[in-house]
Amino acid sequence: MTSGAALPGSATVTTGVEASEAAGRFVGQSVKRVEDGRLVAGSGQYVDDVRLPGMLHAAFLRSDLARARIRRLDTSAAAGLDGVVAVLTAEDLNHHVDSLRSSVNPPDLAIVPGHVLAPGDVRFVGDPVALVVAEDRYLAEDALELVDIDYEPLTPVVDYEQAASSPHMVHPELGTNLGASGSGPDPGLARVFESAHLVVTETFHQQRQCNMPMETRGLVAHWQRHAGRLDLWASTQSPHELAFTAARVLRIGEHQVRVHMGDVGGAFGQKVYSGRDELAVLLAARALGRPVKWIEDRRENLMAANSARVDRLTVTMAVDAGGRILGAEIDHLSDSGAYPLGGAPAKSAQLVSMFPGPYRIPRLGWSTATVFTNTVGRGAYRGPWQMETVGRELMMDLVARRLGLDPLDFRRRNVIEQAELPHTTATGRVYEQISPAETLEQAAEMIDYQSFRAEQAEARSRGRLLGMGLSLFVEPTSIGRGALGAEGAVVRVEPDGSVTVSMGTGSHGQSLETTIAQVVADELGVDMGRVTLRQGDGTPYGFGTGGSRSAVIAGGAARAAASEVRSRIERIAAHLLEAAPEDIVVDRGSAFVAGTPARRVSVAEVADAAYRRPEALPEGAPEGLEHTARYRAPEVTHSNAAHACICEVDRGTGIVRILRYVVSEDCGKMVNPMIVEGQIAGGVVQGIGGALYEWAPYDTDGNPRATTLLDYVMPTAAEVPILEHGHVVTPSDTPGGHKGVGEGGAIGAPACVVNAINDALAPLGIRLARQPLTPDAIISAIAETERS
Amino acid sequence: MPDRDQTRSEVSVSVNGAPHRAVVEARRTLADFLREECLATSVHLGCEHGVCGACTVLLDGVAVRSCLLFAVQAQGAAVTTVEGLAGPDGTLSPVQQAFRDCHGLQCGFCTPGFIVSVTAFLAENPEPTLEEIRSALSGNLCRCTGYQGIIAAVQQAAAAEAQTPTGVEP
Repeated sequence: MTSGAALPGSATVTTGVEASEAAGRFVGQSVKRVEDGRLVAGSGQYVDDVRLPGMLHAAFLRSDLARARIRRLDTSAAAGLDGVVAVLTAEDLNHHVDSLRSSVNPPDLAIVPGHVLAPGDVRFVGDPVALVVAEDRYLAEDALELVDIDYEPLTPVVDYEQAASSPHMVHPELGTNLGASGSGPDPGLARVFESAHLVVTETFHQQRQCNMPMETRGLVAHWQRHAGRLDLWASTQSPHELAFTAARVLRIGEHQVRVHMGDVGGAFGQKVYSGRDELAVLLAARALGRPVKWIEDRRENLMAANSARVDRLTVTMAVDAGGRILGAEIDHLSDSGAYPLGGAPAKSAQLVSMFPGPYRIPRLGWSTATVFTNTVGRGAYRGPWQMETVGRELMMDLVARRLGLDPLDFRRRNVIEQAELPHTTATGRVYEQISPAETLEQAAEMIDYQSFRAEQAEARSRGRLLGMGLSLFVEPTSIGRGALGAEGAVVRVEPDGSVTVSMGTGSHGQSLETTIAQVVADELGVDMGRVTLRQGDGTPYGFGTGGSRSAVIAGGAARAAASEVRSRIERIAAHLLEAAPEDIVVDRGSAFVAGTPARRVSVAEVADAAYRRPEALPEGAPEGLEHTARYRAPEVTHSNAAHACICEVDRGTGIVRILRYVVSEDCGKMVNPMIVEGQIAGGVVQGIGGALYEWAPYDTDGNPRATTLLDYVMPTAAEVPILEHGHVVTPSDTPGGHKGVGEGGAIGAPACVVNAINDALAPLGIRLARQPLTPDAIISAIAETERS
Repeated sequence: MPDRDQTRSEVSVSVNGAPHRAVVEARRTLADFLREECLATSVHLGCEHGVCGACTVLLDGVAVRSCLLFAVQAQGAAVTTVEGLAGPDGTLSPVQQAFRDCHGLQCGFCTPGFIVSVTAFLAENPEPTLEEIRSALSGNLCRCTGYQGIIAAVQQAAAAEAQTPTGVEP
């Protein structure tokens, strides 16, 4: 069942915790996943596997122009096709919905117009115009071809760097393309810059990327009017957010909504909030009274679900002659697209707040803006603020180079040391349990930094382009405020002694059925195989799974509920064994008197007494064996990591090969090291994709140019490096000592890879600041240098 | 629009050993036929244009993308999906077991396609090199794992199969 915590090829350094503190029986072990039995057998149940009697199928007619007025929309021929049940347009649906806001955004932030379907004009290619509902999906798509639509094309706003000054409005209702802006100037910075030894300014660009979960979005909605009940099966990260949205849109109570959680095929931020198309399906289901299934196809997913990472960050950094950072100024511009997910344009607050990262940066001035464009709306994608790490870490290498310092040396001069903690950043963040210097040293040692420099010099002398990249970051995990502030758990020991945990999480690859079972089994003193996690309908409210929050917040709730149940077990067992509750030990499914293990009673017998023999309970003990608890998380729990990689650039083809990749991560105490490393690896490879391959550009007319997986190029097993993991363990002060880890890989990797490539290209005098670094981009840069 | 009745024809296939017979439209994909008529819901549709490999099944032992075939093209064939790989008593195949042992999956959506592809690959090349493994896997996309556990799983499964004596009469 379990193997040692240390995995082959991984190194573990523990700081700030007693080395003697033992791992749990399950927590801290690389326990194999509970989910896998069904998933490798093909028995997972994803939303497209749901079949209900009388179920209808939906398909969307989507705009193929970026900005246009709809001159004519005639759905009669489509509606007349045999097997078509309804064709719905804005006229039918839009009056039901006043805003697209989420539970996280207060109403005053919901400035994106709440159009479910295109309201007489279309605002991006993929904008949903009409919804066909038919007896089968093939028929629904047949009917789409019969919709008669005529557009008057208008000039689109495509380039986000020009959007704010464009005379054309993405949302005419708003009268501006500026979605949000803010600034926090530091008047003292000007003097710092004037007197600094060196001031460097550079602008970095990240390209449009897609979350690309292997399973697209999808929803089955069934409204039963006479029962007053809405049943939903959805591919979601957040079943309670979906219930909130459905209740608000259909103007029913949340108690009337049942969200059934099956398996979810990935999301990475895409499936927290409902899109406009999903709202349309909800409204159609209510109008029709029959179950309606909508499964997004890949083209729709790439063109209309959401995009991410369209960021421009200008960084100015000042240093003294000793290579110490004196201050920085940043200006961020992002593209919110037309209808950003969650109903509000992307703010940059988190990005600004995290910019100082793992370094002493005493002063920071900032300005931010996000604009609307006639492109698909922005949505959260694994570390949505990670442009701060891209900009800062690329700048670290650039400044080091200008100072004539090695990038490792420059980082060492500025990285926050243990002795300086707690450390308050220029943006007011307080770091307590982090270890940036330790992770930097561990990564440098694992990748054998010094030997590499010798190897690199030798390779360069033979014309080979080898490079080393570093990237450090601090990550704000488990945000604990507002709708995200707390999670609940019900831990119930069933009458036979098995255990059901109910939680509002939405595991979609994070392995919560395993990790929550590990936590609860240890807390209760039972076997893991006796613990099952239930999510979705009937669970306590929670924001769901995302934002690297489940280990801390969901884990905290499960632990709190289980801890109370354990005391009840101890109390009942003590009564049955005629001992004192404080003398009872619960382990491996039995309660026994400490020092006298023969005096024992099984948890099943305790549960039997709790439910079926109330007369056997101690006086005043509540009947049953179940407890509900909520865990309120701290404002934030910081994780940190250092990435290091070695790459080789092929001078002739521009192809980059990553030869080694090391991650030293500090996510506190790990519930399951195997799963932690899996999360890091997945994030790193997405980040490598973002640095090198993945790109969903638009042409100047606003046509998306990556609408298949042939065009949207993701890493495959042929390209990825085999990751090497190091762990520095600085426990957080949350119960269990955990920190979040889901997003970090994707935050650190792009800068690490770009820095390695720039290091490889340095002898040619080339430095690239605009992702992705495709072979084309690299050979063009080489060719240009050779020309000049 | 074609007359749907004109384009229907009968298809008989065996899916994981069980016979299935249905009248389908010529345009119905094998993937949709397997999912909807044969209830082989492990056949996942990740792109419907033959790139992601999630819908990979064995057609008379050969790995194919069922989204790129029509059901009628499978007439008379034996189809194996991941549901058909475990033993009758539920024992996982070496490849299935290796995916679990090596954390070769997270969300699990791409997994059936990977396991079927790897099963076919190891049948053809039981002792692959690391580079051959990487190349064989490059026709399937995974978004969760970064392929680390998948590559390790193929190495484990290959080793397990290499240990199985072959060519010996029972």
